[in-house]
Amino acid sequence: MTNRLGISGDSSLKPGATLMNRYSIIRVLGVGGMGSVYQARDLRFPNVTKYAAVKEIINIADPSMREMVVKIFEREANTLASLDHPAIPKIYDYFNQGDRSFLVMEYIDGKDLETYLNDAPGLLGEELVVEWAIELCDVVSYLHNHKDKDAKPDPIIFRDFKPSNIMLDQHQSIRLIDFGIARNYMAGQKGTMIGTEGYSPPEQYRGEASPAGDIYALGATLHHLLTKQDPRIEPPFSFSERPIRKVNPAVSMELEAIINTALNYNPGDRFPTAHDMKVALQTFKRKTSALSHISKPLPTGRIDPAKIAGAPSATPAAAAATGSEPAVVVAGEVSPLWAFKCEDEVRGGPVVANDVVYVGAYDNNLYAVSAPDGKMLWKYATDGGLPGSPTVHNEVVYIGSEDRRLHAISTRAGKLQWSYYAEAPIRSSPRISDGHIFIGADDAKLHAINLQNTRATWRFPAADAVRCRPAIGGGMVYFGCESGDFYAVDMRGERKWAFKAKRALTSSPALFNNTLYVGSMDGNVYALDAGNGWKIWQFRANKGILSSPAVEGNLLVVGAADGFIYAIDIRTGREAWRYQAEGQVNSSPVIHKGVAYVGSIDGSVYALELANGKLRWKFKSGAPITSSPAVANDVVYVGSFDKHLYALAA
Amino acid sequence: MFDFFKNLFRRRGLADRETLPPPSPPRDPDDTVPLAELGMKTSPDATRMLLRPISPTRLSVGVAQDVGRVRSHNEDVLLSFHGELAGLEAMPNFGLFIVADGMGGHSLGERASSVAARAVAKAVLDEVLPSLLADPQADVERPTLTEVMERAMAGGNNAVVEGVPEGGTTLTAALILGDQLILSHVGDSRAYLFAEGHAEQLTRDHSLVQRLVEMGQITEDEAAVHQQRSVLYRAVGQGEGLEVDVMLRRLSPGTLLLICSDGLWSLLPTHLIQQIIRQSASVQAACDALVKAANEAGGPDNITAILIQLPG
Repeated sequence: MTNRLGISGDSSLKPGATLMNRYSIIRVLGVGGMGSVYQARDLRFPNVTKYAAVKEIINIADPSMREMVVKIFEREANTLASLDHPAIPKIYDYFNQGDRSFLVMEYIDGKDLETYLNDAPGLLGEELVVEWAIELCDVVSYLHNHKDKDAKPDPIIFRDFKPSNIMLDQHQSIRLIDFGIARNYMAGQKGTMIGTEGYSPPEQYRGEASPAGDIYALGATLHHLLTKQDPRIEPPFSFSERPIRKVNPAVSMELEAIINTALNYNPGDRFPTAHDMKVALQTFKRKTSALSHISKPLPTGRIDPAKIAGAPSATPAAAAATGSEPAVVVAGEVSPLWAFKCEDEVRGGPVVANDVVYVGAYDNNLYAVSAPDGKMLWKYATDGGLPGSPTVHNEVVYIGSEDRRLHAISTRAGKLQWSYYAEAPIRSSPRISDGHIFIGADDAKLHAINLQNTRATWRFPAADAVRCRPAIGGGMVYFGCESGDFYAVDMRGERKWAFKAKRALTSSPALFNNTLYVGSMDGNVYALDAGNGWKIWQFRANKGILSSPAVEGNLLVVGAADGFIYAIDIRTGREAWRYQAEGQVNSSPVIHKGVAYVGSIDGSVYALELANGKLRWKFKSGAPITSSPAVANDVVYVGSFDKHLYALAA
Repeated sequence: MFDFFKNLFRRRGLADRETLPPPSPPRDPDDTVPLAELGMKTSPDATRMLLRPISPTRLSVGVAQDVGRVRSHNEDVLLSFHGELAGLEAMPNFGLFIVADGMGGHSLGERASSVAARAVAKAVLDEVLPSLLADPQADVERPTLTEVMERAMAGGNNAVVEGVPEGGTTLTAALILGDQLILSHVGDSRAYLFAEGHAEQLTRDHSLVQRLVEMGQITEDEAAVHQQRSVLYRAVGQGEGLEVDVMLRRLSPGTLLLICSDGLWSLLPTHLIQQIIRQSASVQAACDALVKAANEAGGPDNITAILIQLPG
């Protein structure tokens, strides 16, 4: 297959070889597509050591092609000879000898920027790169404004900006090398190759070469210099997916914006000229040098993408809002449609059925509240706290209580229909299927209770307290317990498979497309094959997960005690986005019309766009929110430790 | 070009099947018996894929490879392992399938693809087989499948970096456990799913032209003839920290999974691949026919195909 260098190293001239009785070859500086570049000594100056750079083109055998190549070579040599800019090396001579053409030019004693970058121990500072960028814009502007001998515009497109074509001479000035005379005559490539040109603009692959293309390549070069990410081994044109400040937070936002402008896909969206880009860089430089005496700590660590995107963030007023008055409205926040006050903390999630919201509170009461206006319809007292969520089925609302009972209460009158005793407090939420109600308890059992005779059909012994809401599908019941054991049990109460997480599985599993998704206090979200219990993937948060995952489309959303709300692509098991709340997120998200709603210990309910994690709004209650919100008729209902049940417009 | 294919496949129609060359012997002695031998009729008009696994419970696998008509070296690698355990403590169907297409001068390409495929397969089998054969009632710590694949791909990458430093390879690996597919992919070999008449390309080529197509700079047709169509920006063996695409799918019963090198897909448009499979009597016959069609279209590159059908 193709040798990437195009020619074999054997054809290079050996040290000591002399050209035109004048240029004595010292060493090979580089090998290009059509020949080598040498350092040579000019023998016309016997008493001083004067060096020159000699670039060769090895001509192709085909005589007609050869003639054309020589002609174009001479024309370009003439063009180069007419250029006069401090960043462009001087041309001394050109000639043909044997099967090769040679160009003799100024030898630059220095380092190319690729070598400079690779040798640098860390990331380059922006002051240095801005200095180079201004010099580069200056020379590019000179080339683009080139005029022919009749003073007509004849822009020269450099076409190949990259760090290896830029030298830093002994005076630390920028010099452009490799005007790429050979570039147009590269033989057609055969066979698969690795590595793209990396810096070229998209339109260049359609054969378009324009000044705007040089501006893109200049932007690409600056991106590489500031990030140390070589674009030749990154996905082509992926600069916008790899923001400079994500890698190098010391870079100013303004500089990032200037480089991003140069890197726009659409040539019309870039700087109209290199001069305009130079002016933008100079303005930026003046501003930063004026400010440089005011030292301020540079941001370090991870950047919250939501904040870069300009999403509203917390204001000092929000932080001060905790205390007596709940629901203080500050910028970026919403106010409730109504608020209903219970006698104690609301820890369980509400459920909505037929325009009635049912919610349990730590005052032992189950409340039925009118959804449109927040008026209480009835309340029902149990003998213990209600940490779980109710379930409504056929005009009966079911809720487990720390009084060890499952209560079945009529939705109309709020009167007890029947109750069922577990052997310990119930902190799980029920699920109804196949004529049974399935609920776990701290007696370390999952109870399957027949709705007709209100007696247990079976009780499955788990290793520890069962506090999650079981998932049911395909004739199977799935649930985890506080020891981290997870069970798949069939409708006869027989274990089919089991799985063990390292810590508690309080999070309720979500069953979606024959895969179970469950969070654990060990900090993982697990995706388990519902058929056999194999772990398909696991996703690690920084701290434990109490939140139950919500799945829609290809995205799973879950909160964690590390304060993040994560969206995971279930087709890869990898993070799609994350949003940082101001406290632990133990509440379970609900997804409604492309928005994820979730509460946090910081007291807020966050409404995040499912597609990208951007904050749509937030609502701040007076105390932590640990329960899951419920959504019905575009209204979000959520309970808070501030004793209120809130109704918020979705 | 298109008419050429139409003629090609008219000749291969079911009506004059006797004009076809005899199917090559199955490479796997355990492989599927062509449906024709069981006296079953297939109809070209059926909307869903006609192939039916013989056993209702196992994976059917066909494999084929050819050096092509131009190259002297075969730089493609094909690797296939699959197994089943039926009975009281049945295990989910297991399969591991790899296509790798090496690159680099001299014999570097063929060595890179071989080293990578063997390293990936060994890593996956080492981790998965013991858990697969363990007592299902015992509390065995089973590895996480995506992580098994990620570790294996990283291992394959290191094996090339260390063993064939100047070479590189594409690598597409499919792990099937029950109806769960875990696909790992680097480069421009491809995996397609065919289910209920629909074709879906699962993998995304890590090539320059693919990016240009996605950005709307060039069309698919322009990409197919673009001078830089063979330029990849990602391959196994190009240094540490390889980024691997991972894809998960639940496969419905009867779904077909095709993994192939660019020597196949760049010669045969997807609808033709689909048509050839539809007209074949077995997964093995389909693989043989696909390779033959790529050769008849010029065979400029090495050709590799693995076709897997889920039970059901």
